[in-house]
Order: sequence, then C-alpha cells, then structure tokens
Amino acid sequence: MLYHLGKYTLFLKKVFGRPDKHSVFFNQLIREIDKLGINSLGIVLVISVFMGAVVTLQTAYNIEMPFIPKYTVGVAARDSILLEFASTMVCLILAGKVGSNIASEIGTMRVTEQIDALDIMGINSAGFLVLPKVIAMIFITPLLVLISMGVGIFGGYLAGNLTGEVPAAEYIYGIQYGFRPFYIVYSLIKSVVFAFIISSVSAYWGYHTYGGALEVGHASTKAVVTSSIFILLFNLLLTQLLLA
Amino acid sequence: MIEVKNLSKAFDGKQILKDVSTVFEKGHTNLIIGQSGSGKTVLLKSIVGLHQIDEGDVMYDGDSFVSMNNKEKRRLRQEMGMLFQGSALFDSSTVEENVRFPLDMLTDWPLDERRDRANFCLERVNLKNVNHLFPSEISGGMQKRVAIARAIALNPKYLFCDEPNSGLDPKTSIVIDELIKELTQEFNMTTIINTHDMNSVMGIGDKIVFIQNGIKEWEGSKDDIFNAENEALESFIFASEIFREVREYHKKGRK
Repeated sequence: MLYHLGKYTLFLKKVFGRPDKHSVFFNQLIREIDKLGINSLGIVLVISVFMGAVVTLQTAYNIEMPFIPKYTVGVAARDSILLEFASTMVCLILAGKVGSNIASEIGTMRVTEQIDALDIMGINSAGFLVLPKVIAMIFITPLLVLISMGVGIFGGYLAGNLTGEVPAAEYIYGIQYGFRPFYIVYSLIKSVVFAFIISSVSAYWGYHTYGGALEVGHASTKAVVTSSIFILLFNLLLTQLLLA
Repeated sequence: MIEVKNLSKAFDGKQILKDVSTVFEKGHTNLIIGQSGSGKTVLLKSIVGLHQIDEGDVMYDGDSFVSMNNKEKRRLRQEMGMLFQGSALFDSSTVEENVRFPLDMLTDWPLDERRDRANFCLERVNLKNVNHLFPSEISGGMQKRVAIARAIALNPKYLFCDEPNSGLDPKTSIVIDELIKELTQEFNMTTIINTHDMNSVMGIGDKIVFIQNGIKEWEGSKDDIFNAENEALESFIFASEIFREVREYHKKGRK
C-alpha cells in the first residue's frame, strides 16, 4: 500500500510537469473531453432518469401516512439526488466506464512499447498521455453531475406523475421547498475530487502495466476497484468536512 | 560513436548484464546478437536509457550518459531514433501523423515544412500513398518502414533497432536490413541493431557483439565469425544446417 502510494505520488509529479507543447496539449484536451466526457453523456442520462424515478417511488411508498404531506417526497428525492446520487453514483459509474478505458488504453500503449517510443523521443510520456485526461475529467465531470441532477429530478417527476403516487404540483412544490444551494456546491466539489481520483488512479495502473494482454486486463480491473474504493472513502471524508 | 563501459544491470536481484564493455562506431551497422533471454534487449534499453544502469556508463560521442542531468538527457534523446520490435506506432494516428509526431512535438517548424519532411521520410523508406492510412490498415513490413521513417524524421545521430525483422518474411527482412544499412551510411548515424536473425548478421553486420547469459562473449565483424574460436558463438551461429555449410565453403575458400 505504502509502496503504491509513494509510486503514485512520483507519478503525479511527472504528470504535472510542464507540457512539451501547449498547442498539442490543447488539441489532446479537446479530444479527451469528447472521448471521456461527451461519450459518457448517454449512460449518465439513462442512469439519472431511472435513479430519480426509483428514489421518488421508494420515498413515496415509504411515507404513505395521512399526516405527512405528499410534497415531502419531492423534498426527499431532491436532497437524495443532489447530495448523493448525482455525484457519487454517477462517479462510480464513470469509474467503471472511463476508468477502465483509461487504464486499458495506457496499459496497451505500455505493453506495445508506444510509451517507450515517447520516452525515447525525449517527451514526458506521463504528462503527454495523462495530464489531458485528468484536466478533461475535472472539467467535464461537474457538468455531467449537474446534468444528472436535473435529469434525476425530472425522472422523479415523471415516475411520480405517471404512477399517480405524487401529483405534479406537490412534487414541484417539494423540490422547491427549503432548497439549499450549498447542496449543489457540495456535490460539485465532490465531483471534482472524484474526477481526479478516477483519471489519475486509472492512469497510474495503466502506466505501470508490464507484460501482455492479461496484465492490461488486470490493470483495468485494479483501476476500477481502486478508484471506487477511493471515491467511497473521499465521499465520507468530504461529507464530514463540508456538511458537519 | 557510442562506448559502453562496464555496464551491469540486475532486476529483482537477478543479474541480467555483467560488466559489458564495447564500442559502436559511427556510420556502421553494429549488431548485438544472442539467444532469446541472453540480455540483448536489456542491453539496448540500458544504452538508450529506458532502463537505469546499475553500474558502468554509456558514452555518447565522449559524453557520459550517467552524469547527464534530465535536460541534457532530454536533448540527447532528441538525437536518437528507435525502431521497436512491434513498431510501436500510435494506433489512433495516421501514417503521416505518426511520422510527423516528433516534428510536431519537438520543432517549431510550420505545418507545411513538417508535412514535407514527413513525406520525404516516407518516400525515403519507399512508402507512397499511405499517408492517410492507420497502422492497422497496413502490413507488418510497411509498419516497420513507417517506424523507420518516424525514427529518422528528426535526422538523428543515433539509431537503435530492436529486432527489426521479427515477424517479417525473409524477403521483407532483407529489404528492411538494406534500408537500415543505407540510412546509416547516408545520414552517418551510429546504428545499433538487436537481432537473432542470421541473415542480418551475414548481410549487414559491420560489427557484431555476441551476448550470452548477460556477458559479452565475443565481438568482431561478419567476416571474423567464420574464424571465431568461441564455442558458445559457434553453437549459436551455426545451429542451422545452412550456416554450417556456408562455413565449410568459407573454410575451403569457395565463397
């Protein structure tokens, strides 16, 4: 554990070295935003709408009491989505999708000597390959989380309305009731930290792959597992720091 | 000229190279030969700095690689070209982008000039009308030639080739060997080739270094090989019937 922590720190030092050429870095960054972020939009939308729907229905079924007003379902669904589901859930999904993609891409480049080819040219391979991914993820993940919040709440509205469990007017009143904008800030702060974890941890495992196809697969698995564990750990830490 | 001085390298306590010393001359094709697992790839990668050397040094035209700082190493690396065993072309880039890559990254030339240079390098390795193709769309031999074009794009002083003929048919292997030989002389480079292809040894071996179990067993030219009195070298070189017959002819003076 300590060995990998030290190695990861040294790796980050290399990653955050000055880019060899800014114009090339900018092009890479745009490509990564498209590849890692825009390409993840579909899955984020699908997950968010179902997540919002399920949270709303579960809340509605659990508070079926005459003295609890129906708009409470909207309040509970909104807070669950804003505080936890949109950031943590989406980032755990991204750890699987984007994390395995990063680890397998960089791992394959390592085992096919493409990283050696960069090194031999005198290019900082870690910086060239990883920094655009980290910056792209830090930039795009909060946007995905914001979209997830909106779509999740809309999913709840649809589910409540279609099943007749929560009338539209009650739900809309509920999602506005006692709204605290800081919940969004809290979620966005978490998403930035999670984006950094997903991209850098996955890149670390990919960059340090040695062997062949089997090891690339192992690196990909390690990337997803480690990123997910760190996301859960930092979720706890950030919640204690920001909400206590 | 590259001089290797008492180079040693171990991995996890296992000694791979032991006190290897030799000199690779400029304008010559220098070959490192040996069985699989003998340590020749580790030697090549230690020379270029992809592996950190445990003991010894590598002198590039008199400059010690070990004593160089990162900036100096970086500058030196820009004077190196390397052809990897699997070509190591960037999958997501076209042939032209691959060849232009070192120019894009390390020069401030305008795009037209970089394109011209990439086209010149591709033509020099006899590749035409493949600029827009991706590495997966061309043959293994063509990939090697693209990798050579990329390696010479910055007009390097040193060219390193790791198993340039691996996975190629004998005819394409000869084309690649001859191309490397021609480029070495044309650009007056110090070229080091890692191989176990005996056709390469006999064809372009200006200097041959034989490595066995991490130790330099023998060195000389392709002509010296027939008179070498080294048991390990003989059993390696003359393992095949054809080369034993060539030796017999050579000994009888009927080359």
